[in-house]
Amino acid sequence: MTATLPTREPATSPQPRRAVRVGPFSGVYRPRRLVVPLAVLVMLVGAAALSLGRGDFPISVPDVLGVLLGAGEDTQRFIVLELRAPRIVVAVLVGLALGLSGALIQTFARNPLASPDILGVTQGAAIGAVAVIVLGGTTTTAGGLLGGIGVPAAALAGGLVASFLVFGLAWRQGLDGYRLVLIGIGLSAMAMAVVQYMLTRSAIWDAAAANVWITGSLNGRGWDQAQPLALALVVLVPLALAMGRVLGVLQFGDETARSLGVRVPLAQGAVVVVGVALAAFAVSAAGPIQFVALVVPQIAVRLAGGSRPPLIASGLLGALLLVTSDLVARTVLPETFPVGVLTAVVGAPYLLWLLVRGRRRSTL
Amino acid sequence: MAQRTAVLPRAEPTPRRRGLLRGAGTRVLGLWLLLALAVAVCLLSIAVGTRPIGLGTVWQSLTDAATPGDEAVIVRQLRVPRTVIGLLAGLALGVSGALMQGHTRNPLGDPGLLGVTAGASFAVVLSISLFDVGSPGGYVWFAFAGALAGSVAVFAIGSSGAGGATPVSLALAGAALSALLYALVQALTIRETTTLDAFRFWVVGALAGRDSEVVGQVAPFIVAGLVLALVNAPALNLLGLGEDVARGLGTRIWLARATGLAAITLLTGAATAACGPIAFVGLVVPHIARAVTGPDHRWLIPYSGLLGVVFLLLADVLGRIIARPGELQVGIVLAVVGTPFFIALVRRRRLVQL
Repeated sequence: MTATLPTREPATSPQPRRAVRVGPFSGVYRPRRLVVPLAVLVMLVGAAALSLGRGDFPISVPDVLGVLLGAGEDTQRFIVLELRAPRIVVAVLVGLALGLSGALIQTFARNPLASPDILGVTQGAAIGAVAVIVLGGTTTTAGGLLGGIGVPAAALAGGLVASFLVFGLAWRQGLDGYRLVLIGIGLSAMAMAVVQYMLTRSAIWDAAAANVWITGSLNGRGWDQAQPLALALVVLVPLALAMGRVLGVLQFGDETARSLGVRVPLAQGAVVVVGVALAAFAVSAAGPIQFVALVVPQIAVRLAGGSRPPLIASGLLGALLLVTSDLVARTVLPETFPVGVLTAVVGAPYLLWLLVRGRRRSTL
Repeated sequence: MAQRTAVLPRAEPTPRRRGLLRGAGTRVLGLWLLLALAVAVCLLSIAVGTRPIGLGTVWQSLTDAATPGDEAVIVRQLRVPRTVIGLLAGLALGVSGALMQGHTRNPLGDPGLLGVTAGASFAVVLSISLFDVGSPGGYVWFAFAGALAGSVAVFAIGSSGAGGATPVSLALAGAALSALLYALVQALTIRETTTLDAFRFWVVGALAGRDSEVVGQVAPFIVAGLVLALVNAPALNLLGLGEDVARGLGTRIWLARATGLAAITLLTGAATAACGPIAFVGLVVPHIARAVTGPDHRWLIPYSGLLGVVFLLLADVLGRIIARPGELQVGIVLAVVGTPFFIALVRRRRLVQL
């Protein structure tokens, strides 16, 4: 268990770790911490190039890379840069945001089963988006107002409001991971009832569109979704990375962290706010693509080692997972299924396996 | 804290609160009062609707089969079956909630959180998609089978982890299995819009549109479940002392557990089959009943059942009043009313450390 690690480590590790010192900064030398993100980055570029090439007009990977570097015919340039690139960019950004968000939330909750999916972001965003889809076309005042907001903005607002409701209600002299999860489950159930009610009240084509959005899809996503998401990431990613040190301390438990000089409620609040904001922007761009935020940090921590999900590797791995899933959903499956179906069908068994293995006890 | 809950022994003593009513005499009296309240709510459910019907007419239509007029037809063919379904579902959900919370030592036991709903939903979508079933009566058997499979799977997964069946592991097993099943539901409903069109009206949970045939289909299961639940009550009280003590006092643990699990599955499965997924009755009602009777399951189970009837039918009546001339489905009314209660429950410190 995490809390006992510091006392146990000298006994179990045969050699002391090598330290790296650069000026006033020092750290432990862990080659896997560097190699894994780099390898994932290379694979991400490869997967993106492959995905850019697949479709009704197949283009080979070298040609795609050539187009990206400025060469290639006009038709190829048009297909790759205008038609396919925006969607892939959205996939990369959404995956990055979800992976990072999952790593932050899981480290905060000290629980590998926590994820923004169950903290109200998803269902809150669904209320906002479905309200716009269902009511947006109508001629009432509310309908006109909602239609003007647009689906992504409404989803963002819904996700943020719902998750802050969850945090506000779970706050009792500090945040408790367990209470947070249970309140998230409860509020999500209520939000789901509201969404289902809206579905029964809508025209069937609106209901079908809303149903696809709820599943999480990259179909039809382009620069319109990529731009706000990219702007948000420019702000949020550095904030998230800056929290690495505090996250490491928070892991030891509230008392230890406090005695090490961390203002625990403030630090927890900051971690959760950044984690939720990342997830909310991702959901507003592509809908709630399930399980990426849950599964990716756990894979990253197993690949890169360490006592908690590494932030950079989680983000890159999330992008890789989403680009690959999208590629599979687009090309291998018989129809253009939303990518959310694929990630849930793969991710839910993984969560069940985690539960059966009793991983819950060994925290992260 | 997740870390601490996992290490805590399961047999943490439940707080011994004795409830408002202590003596057996006052509890019997309370039961009669509750029964009278349930009958009153049933009559209210028959009288209130798009077309309000006076209680006098209601009474006449119920007692005299030859009463002429539209209102008598409405009462006998629409309102009475609907009320009877609500009555059965309320009884079933209230009692199964009390059993589930007792057996799992989990104050958050509710079919909506534990896989029953997702299993039933998946089965209903399959029935619509593969066999073109299109009416609440036709869904019953599919929903029942799906509910059985779902709840058994969640119990098996949730209790197979290292810490046993803790509140968190059951809730998460339910969440994970539900996510998988709902993804499959989404896949099917995205492919076929006609399936979505039928499914969206089932999944909200409603009492409308059920005829007396549905009553006949689910009633035997609910009656059997209720009998099993009452038989199970004394053993459940002993299990509350911890499995070791119960064994020492002569309880056959596996028999008591099996009886309870069978009752829970029969009751929640039948209720979900009849009305669709209805959350929060099984969660909220036992807590209110426990505040009145204390933790003795011999009293708790009948009180929970009757309170479940009152809750469900009142929510149904409320749904008919606030959205006139249409109606708000009972599942939605209950989710919106039940969630604040759930949150208040979770915020209590003792629960968090269970």
